[in-house]
Amino acid sequence: MPKLHIETKINGEAAEFLCEPHTTLLDALRNNVGLTGVKEGCATGDCGACSVMFDGRLTCACLVLAAEAEGREVETVEGVAKPGQLHPVQQKLLEHAGLQCGVCTPGIVVAAKALLEKNPDPSERDVRFGLAGNLCRCTGYDKIVRAVMDAAATMRA
Amino acid sequence: MQKSFEAPRSVEQAVATLAKHGAAARLLAGGTDLLVQMRSGVRQPAVVVDVKRIPELTAISLDANGATIGAAVCGDALSERADLAALWPGLFEAAALIGSKQVQGRASIGGNLCNSSPAADTVPALIANQARCIVAGPRGRREVPAEQFNTGPGKNVLAADELLVALFVPRPAARSADAYLRLIPRTEMDIAVVGAGVRVTLAADGTCSAARIALGAVGPTAFLVPEASAALVGKKIDDASLAAAAAAASAAARPIDDKRGTIPYRKHVAGVLTRRAARIAADRAAARA
Repeated sequence: MPKLHIETKINGEAAEFLCEPHTTLLDALRNNVGLTGVKEGCATGDCGACSVMFDGRLTCACLVLAAEAEGREVETVEGVAKPGQLHPVQQKLLEHAGLQCGVCTPGIVVAAKALLEKNPDPSERDVRFGLAGNLCRCTGYDKIVRAVMDAAATMRA
Repeated sequence: MQKSFEAPRSVEQAVATLAKHGAAARLLAGGTDLLVQMRSGVRQPAVVVDVKRIPELTAISLDANGATIGAAVCGDALSERADLAALWPGLFEAAALIGSKQVQGRASIGGNLCNSSPAADTVPALIANQARCIVAGPRGRREVPAEQFNTGPGKNVLAADELLVALFVPRPAARSADAYLRLIPRTEMDIAVVGAGVRVTLAADGTCSAARIALGAVGPTAFLVPEASAALVGKKIDDASLAAAAAAASAAARPIDDKRGTIPYRKHVAGVLTRRAARIAADRAAARA
């Protein structure tokens, strides 16, 4: 079976990879492109560990076929801040200890950044609903929610 | 095993692709059902046909007659259309209930309909709003009323060489409005135990002149309940007429017993949601008067 050659844009830069017709974007990013920040949790769109921005919309990469990325734009956690820097959401997750094992964290960062770009002044309820697609089995969510609220305040300042 | 990926650029190309591959092909819109089904082995299409490169399938338009919503428009894109949300608040409530922000970024109303789950949230709302499904195939286009589209769990009227192009939702008449409610045991991110879509039209004197009431998750497909509508038409929307509509909805419900609810519970809830959704729709219709 011939592989598909996909040309796309990842984190603002032109990228290309080879994949099978059934390869998910999640597997292509991790195994073909080497971006291992995107995590596989459930692989059925429930946990959000593989959250990426796909053509500007928050998406689970496990529910996208890699071939769909042809000519589209993908943003992963690796692209949320310049190398050596942290996005305010990342900084505040560290300060508030909003992570333990870390598997859900990249997806939380991508989803929280997307939330704050749409809603710079979210209520706690907004944050909880906005992150309902990101499951965390360690923290109990309170520290994550506080970190995102604090990041929002920082970004508004 | 999926052996190829096709991304047609027009409805005609998509129809030709389907005609070539027949039942071996499966259409891909948001993929939030299909990719899960492929992973679990429930569906094993040899060819996946991505319809999101077809401009008509990702377009939304609104004119004097109503809205045309491309079958692959994702929930997130739909939610950005405040003009449509103002006209069909119930349909938008139903669409917004589906999944997480991540799922909203992909999942479409068209896919919700074509997946043909009896519990699909947007389907009762589409039926209540007299939506028409625009279907394209090798012999041209046809329109199917939303209540006739699904024929059973996982089954619909689409032939192997047909695709859903768009949904047409006619503009509500004067003093007419819709509402959708569902019951789930948690705050969000769950499958409906019961769903109720209602559209109510009020006469100038405030009596109900027309009503469409559709139930989801209490039968093999979502369906209209004309007996519940009849309980409202010609009457004021008050406790008595709403109780009669609720009783008719409970009587019409034909649910299964499963982990989400027992038959008696679902029948009861069908009545409760009908009553509440009809009240909301009537209040909205009155506010438009």
